[in-house]
Amino acid sequence: MNMKPEKHLHALDSLSHQPDDRGHFGQYGGRYVPETLMPLILDVEKSYRQVREDPAFWDAFHTLARDYVGRPSPLYHATSLSDHLGGAKIYFKRDELNHTGAHKINNCLGQILLARHMGKKRIIAETGAGQHGVATATVCALFDMPCTVFMGATDIERQKPNVFRMKLLGADVRAVTSGTGTLKDAMNEALREWVARVEDTFYIIGTAAGPHPYPAMVRDFQSVIGQELRTQITEREGRLPDTLVACIGGGSNAIGLFHPFLDDDAVRMIGVEAGGHGVESGAHAASLSGGKPGVLHGNLTYLLQDDDGQIAEAHSISAGLDYPGIGPEHAWLYDQKRVSYVSVTDDEAMEAFQLCARREGIIPALEPAHALAHVMKIAPDLARDHLLVMNMCGRGDKDIFTVADRLGVDI
Amino acid sequence: MSRIKARFDALKAQGRKGLVTFMTAGDPDYDTAEKILNSLPASGADFIEIGMPFSDPMADGPAIQLSSRRALDAGMTMDQTLSLAASLRVTDTKTPLILMGYYNPIYIYGTSRFVEKARESGADGLIIVDLPPEEDEALRIEASKAQIDIIRLVTPTTTPDRLEVILDGASGFLYYVAVTGVTGTSSADPAILATALDDLRARTSLPVAVGFGIRTPQNVAAMKPLADAVVVGSALVETIGRIKNGDAAIGDVTSQVRALADALAA
Repeated sequence: MNMKPEKHLHALDSLSHQPDDRGHFGQYGGRYVPETLMPLILDVEKSYRQVREDPAFWDAFHTLARDYVGRPSPLYHATSLSDHLGGAKIYFKRDELNHTGAHKINNCLGQILLARHMGKKRIIAETGAGQHGVATATVCALFDMPCTVFMGATDIERQKPNVFRMKLLGADVRAVTSGTGTLKDAMNEALREWVARVEDTFYIIGTAAGPHPYPAMVRDFQSVIGQELRTQITEREGRLPDTLVACIGGGSNAIGLFHPFLDDDAVRMIGVEAGGHGVESGAHAASLSGGKPGVLHGNLTYLLQDDDGQIAEAHSISAGLDYPGIGPEHAWLYDQKRVSYVSVTDDEAMEAFQLCARREGIIPALEPAHALAHVMKIAPDLARDHLLVMNMCGRGDKDIFTVADRLGVDI
Repeated sequence: MSRIKARFDALKAQGRKGLVTFMTAGDPDYDTAEKILNSLPASGADFIEIGMPFSDPMADGPAIQLSSRRALDAGMTMDQTLSLAASLRVTDTKTPLILMGYYNPIYIYGTSRFVEKARESGADGLIIVDLPPEEDEALRIEASKAQIDIIRLVTPTTTPDRLEVILDGASGFLYYVAVTGVTGTSSADPAILATALDDLRARTSLPVAVGFGIRTPQNVAAMKPLADAVVVGSALVETIGRIKNGDAAIGDVTSQVRALADALAA
């Protein structure tokens, strides 16, 4: 499969030919890191540029994606849910069926192949819900590389099954107690570790954010989702989809779904942020709806912050969306108005979670439950032949404790 | 002539190396920080770095992370940081003042507004740790108009090609990061540093300050033959942290600074 977007537009007119050579998507993105990291980041970029043009690299990627991850993930027509909502023809792109249960592994495969190409000896990663940590620990086990995962102490407490999974896979899980002990703090600590171990260490960032080339690189690896969809929906329906919907924390599953369609003007795209208790409540993780541009973790993007530029804590029922920033390409697509960004609350996500389990026999992760909650809002008003594709980017096994707690059930 | 250049010229004339002390603005609270700041020149600080507190100091170790947290918990804002800085100039017009921090609070304050207020507050230089040369153009242009130096960092990972990028636009002095890591953790190895600094001096005529991993009078003395100035941060900030619990007093900070300064004079 060709990983690169089709070049049917002049590069300058194309939404899919970003970023510029310093990693800028408009004013967003870039490289805001301590000088100690700069030579290494430049080296990562140079190496990524090399492997990007190397068919052998993509052969290795796609072989593992097929045989180890189980790609292509199915495109499933959710008939029961479509009938229930009584409008759009709803499809799920089933990335929750991937090995390790989420889209995260697509990116980890790509990055560990790059780390090996660069001759790096050990891997570090940050994780919030633990899905990226598990995916990273998995590829490290596969390639026999030592792996250290930084995870906030608060998240370790609320995501115990994933912590144990990582340990079974041989990873060293490092508890981060600075800040509030969540994803943002884990990322700070991973960056600190990287500064101290630049020579032998590769940092596998879990979302399409961070210093250039990470946002573009993670997007390229995750674009396997949208590329497969393009083929699948064309075979099935003889045309492109009308609407794409995906949830957004940092935004890697969404950009992976959207990117191969950015230059198809007729394809409408909706990113769903975590509204927590509601954007007006202040307790949410909706960086676009409730934040403003700023610099954190190596990139300029929309951030939740106070009037003095101090980063605010995010809140979401979903640990995977509980991050005060968003990938810079989304920030740019938001300003360009190419993608619409909305938010749904914890309660709406909970409702979608339960409906999906009952109607489709699929227990979704709380992250895509946010996307589904928005689908529930818009689908009834769409025509029966309106092709709506939602990325089912993770499965909900990890979330049963959170959900049970929310429902007042003692398991 | 800028205060930074004047101070390095004076040090050179005296055959002496400079002591750079770091403190975080508003740590542990505004009033205490103001007293500490104003005691520094008489205690032997030749240059003063004031950290602008940030919620997510990703290049700093635990000591400076905690100091930033204490300052923010005490309600410190950018306006207060600048007014604290300005308090030094009431009694001291010679000691160079360098504001150090992360880019986001400056970006949110507004780059040109920040530079203007920093100049009014008597700041002479800026060190923005997460703003590499590739991204600092907006700030550099404003700073240059206000005659504020942009002080760049050189590190053990800096390659000769990279150094060229760093030197293009650097002013005031160069800050050599002595260890590959965050602030306040491992200690610097003078033997390895000697080679690195020789290479650096062959490429630039700017003075060189060395920091990271330098904590004690002994550490400082070991740097004396190598650098034009030596930066001590985390070790002082740890003492300031103890003030909050009543386990130390401002006098402990000033005597610590005095001991560091004596190590350079001896």
